Amino acid sequence: MLEVQVTDTVTINVDGELAQVPKGVNVIEAMRVVGKEKEIPHYCYHPKLSVVGNCRMCLVEVGNPMRDRQTGEAILDENGIQKIGWAPKPVIACATNVSEGMHVRTNTPSLVDCRNGVTEFLLINHPLDCPICDQAGECRLQEFSAEHGRGYSRFKEEKNVKPKRTRLGPRVTLDDERCILCSRCVRFSQEVAKDDVLGFVDRGTYSTLTCYPGKELSNNYSLNTVDICPVGALTSTDFRFKMRVWFLKRTHSICTESSVGSNTEIWSREGKIYRITPRRNDAVNDTWMTDSGRGLFKEFESEDRLKSYSVDQVAKSLDDAIAATRALLESGSVGVIGSAHSSLEEQYLLHKIVKHTGASYEMIQHIGEGDGLLMSEDRTPNLRGALITGLINELPETQLGQLKGAIESGQIKTLLVFNEDLEQLGMDLSKLKESVQVIYFGSSKNSTSEQAKVVFPSLSVFEKEGTFVNQNFILQKFKQAILPPMGLMSDCGVLKAILNELDKESNAVAMATVDELWGEISENVELLKSVRWSEIPEEGLALDAEAFANMNFVETENLKYKPKLVSETI
Amino acid sequence: MSFLDYLLPVLYALAMVGVFMTLCAYSVLAERKVCSLIQRRVGPNRAKIPIVGHIPIIGKILTRLGIFHPAADGLKFLFKEEITPQHVRIGYYYLAPIIALAPALTTMVVLPFGRYIDVNGMVQPIALANIDVGILFILAVSSLGVYGIVLAGWASNSKYPFLGAIRSTAQMISYELAMGLSILPVFLWAASPGTDYGLSLFGVVLAQQGLWLIIWQPISALIFLVAIFAETNRLPFDMAESETDLVGGFHTEYGAFKFGLFFVAEYAHIIMGSALFVLLFLGGWHFLPGVADPWPDGLLGILCSISWFMLKIFFMIFFFIWMRWSMPRFRYDQVMHLGWKILLPLAVANFVFYIFLIAFIDNLNY
Amino acid sequence: MAKTKVLERKPLTFSEKTYIPQIASGLAATFVNMFKKSVTLEYPEVRPVIPENYRGVPTLVKDPKGRVKCVSCQLCEFVCPPKAIRIMPSEINEEDSDRAHIEKEPAAFDINMLRCIYCGLCQEVCPEEAIFLQDTFSLSGYTREEMVFGKDKLLKLGGTLPDNHFKWDKKKQAEENPECHH
Repeated sequence: MLEVQVTDTVTINVDGELAQVPKGVNVIEAMRVVGKEKEIPHYCYHPKLSVVGNCRMCLVEVGNPMRDRQTGEAILDENGIQKIGWAPKPVIACATNVSEGMHVRTNTPSLVDCRNGVTEFLLINHPLDCPICDQAGECRLQEFSAEHGRGYSRFKEEKNVKPKRTRLGPRVTLDDERCILCSRCVRFSQEVAKDDVLGFVDRGTYSTLTCYPGKELSNNYSLNTVDICPVGALTSTDFRFKMRVWFLKRTHSICTESSVGSNTEIWSREGKIYRITPRRNDAVNDTWMTDSGRGLFKEFESEDRLKSYSVDQVAKSLDDAIAATRALLESGSVGVIGSAHSSLEEQYLLHKIVKHTGASYEMIQHIGEGDGLLMSEDRTPNLRGALITGLINELPETQLGQLKGAIESGQIKTLLVFNEDLEQLGMDLSKLKESVQVIYFGSSKNSTSEQAKVVFPSLSVFEKEGTFVNQNFILQKFKQAILPPMGLMSDCGVLKAILNELDKESNAVAMATVDELWGEISENVELLKSVRWSEIPEEGLALDAEAFANMNFVETENLKYKPKLVSETI
Repeated sequence: MSFLDYLLPVLYALAMVGVFMTLCAYSVLAERKVCSLIQRRVGPNRAKIPIVGHIPIIGKILTRLGIFHPAADGLKFLFKEEITPQHVRIGYYYLAPIIALAPALTTMVVLPFGRYIDVNGMVQPIALANIDVGILFILAVSSLGVYGIVLAGWASNSKYPFLGAIRSTAQMISYELAMGLSILPVFLWAASPGTDYGLSLFGVVLAQQGLWLIIWQPISALIFLVAIFAETNRLPFDMAESETDLVGGFHTEYGAFKFGLFFVAEYAHIIMGSALFVLLFLGGWHFLPGVADPWPDGLLGILCSISWFMLKIFFMIFFFIWMRWSMPRFRYDQVMHLGWKILLPLAVANFVFYIFLIAFIDNLNY
Repeated sequence: MAKTKVLERKPLTFSEKTYIPQIASGLAATFVNMFKKSVTLEYPEVRPVIPENYRGVPTLVKDPKGRVKCVSCQLCEFVCPPKAIRIMPSEINEEDSDRAHIEKEPAAFDINMLRCIYCGLCQEVCPEEAIFLQDTFSLSGYTREEMVFGKDKLLKLGGTLPDNHFKWDKKKQAEENPECHH
């Protein structure tokens, strides 16, 4: 990947114990490597942002081995061990890089005193409205106050009162009283989102976070400021006062917005998704994701959601729908329009159906405008998965090719459609209705589903598990967060059932779980040999993309993607 | 014999059964009320019937006294779901409560409960049937009551009723001996030469015109009283029911009106026992020991004698109840010990003593 | 090992063996009781005295100014062992000038009284002293739905309790005082 591989290490002494840490990192990161991250509390430092050092919480004592200034010789104590020259005052760990032989103390009484002092100052004007604060439960100030606060206030004067709900942008609301002026949000806007709209105004206790006059925090990455805010000052207008975070179940998932495949966490309670936040993956999305990707779950809560199997627009059982499908597929001259929205497992099974029925197959590419960060031009999460499973051999066009002609001329009798709306592909459904029987797989109603002979409602990415392959050929798995609508089976299950119906004697696919399905995939797909479902790591598995090196992918440069030179020359 | 001669006895019998059953019902109320008094509670005080219950002051007092509760209890037993467990022997199962109640009702036939003076100026008893062997009839028939319990225990086909029935049988046999022996001196005493009453209850009452027999024969009275407690299965001798170790004993498997019959039978036995004790030892309808009966002539005198007799029965019922809420239950081996090793020898000794005493007194007279 | 001492049971005297004096004294004891005053509390008409700190039905209380104290922090929902409490939080409208600074209130606050075990943890955990187990102790209903008490019913049961903190008033005062405000 693009990550610089740190091979050099230095040896430092942490609280009397020697430790190997990467060269050049700061002390907070070094402690993370050592496993002492909890020892150094911090607010303003963020691993993906520049260091400013204005919270003064991460104080540590640092010392270096003493050397004679003139001769450069080591100064030894009476035992013959090199003396340590401790810095007279504690230093901030975030702005101190490790060096060979450095000594670090993280927990001396004076350091605890310092942190207690910093905490007391931060709490002076803090409203202490944890009961109504959305950050409660994941608040750094709350955590460190529990550890370093004194439990009562010595502050007799009136607390400062500031506005409680300032609108910073369409999706972000600021509670000024809670802000501890760490400036993470300001730095994020400048450095990552490249949309420099935030800043502090006024002085002393009157300091306030605000937008530049006439501007607002409206870029597509604004909700990341809410994520990185260590207190409850920046709140998501959408999630505000909806649910306390300790009730929410966290599930690892993948964003389906574009081929970037940002790693996400789904926060749900009792089958209802409340919010989606990014999950750190330095090879894919660092710690960010787009605002638009966070709202994707809402479209599955709409009225348009398909909720039952149907044949001839009449709700039927799954068995009836599959029997109807079998009859249609066996009647010959089948066309299939696949989707890069399907998971790799679904594409694999669809490929088997295509091979079995000898169908003519095509796929559509969905292209939008990229923003150079975490939204790529390819608006499907799994185009590369289709390449890997062999469903397609070359990049698809944005419109149907030969298949369109074949359909319109009546050569195709049965058409299996995944997620696409035929009307948008320029076909007149009312005309086609006589010549083509459509089998539709999709999660929401559209004009195609309303005309289709058989409809199989698909599950959303939150209701099933599987894998996507992202723009950098990283195989990433997503887990099931909530239960699907009652009575619905995953597309994988439906496709397996159809395959078994088509090929009853050999019982082509018998496996029930994704794990078992992967046993077959790893046998039959060249690139996925020896990959096991359970062995795909949380941070994804980088696949060998050599075979597709000369393909002209649509993605332009973004946060973690560099187009191959070959594509530029063509 | 005219038609009326047939009809009258039937009407008398029906009236007696009516009075007797009402007595049973109100004994239950008395039991509940006395129990609550002893335990410093209020007891039944809620049931109310329309109109009567709403009469301003009287209605309220009657309600507080629980007067309407027996009716509610009876109705409850009647209208409860009639459950018959699958494992019982149906015929005997239904027969048992009837057999339990029937003897108690039968014995009252020979019970003299008052006196009148006939046209010849002779004192005659008021009873459905004044037979000479009244006590034998009572002893014979009331002992059949145990068949109800035994049959209930056996037909229930279940272990606790069975144990209760077995205990009850053994207990009945044990105490019947002592009971029989304890009343022999009474009849020896009453049937003094020259009278021809023999084993008649009326004769015993007549013999108590002066002093009551409880004064002449305290030991007999005591043994008879204990035996009556045992025969009626009342605490401290309720081995058959013994709800602490046998759930409900013989009536565990019974519900609704079948249980109601057992319940009524228990109180019928108590009333019969009380009446017998009053007749044998407490002077029947005689006023007070050593005092001549102040009953006037005619109908009023009859009513007075009956009322006085009833009053004594009420006291005995109260005593039964009072005893129940004061005493713990005997252990089963203690029951057997008391019956066989103490009461029986005592009764024999008592009998022998009175044989000699009566023989001695008779010799004095002649 | 502790020494075990076998206590000889005292032999019964003759009078004790006859049981009669004992029975008589027992009868006397019960007889005397019959004339003492009844201790029964005739419940529906006469109500027992509920002691302070009695843990009856959980209720929501209002402050002396009649405002709902609950800010729907959902800590009671979290701590409730039988999971009897359900809260739907909502934001207080900005136009509601009297309460806008409180920001949050429960849109729905349900306690399933069939589940509640009256442990009092909700009262203990409440940071706003808005939920109290008060003196209501007898509940009944014809359906299960009826026994799920909503916000209005809980507030009606709870009534008003004195508020010793005046947290929100103080804050509002400070907000309106230009000396403190930016």
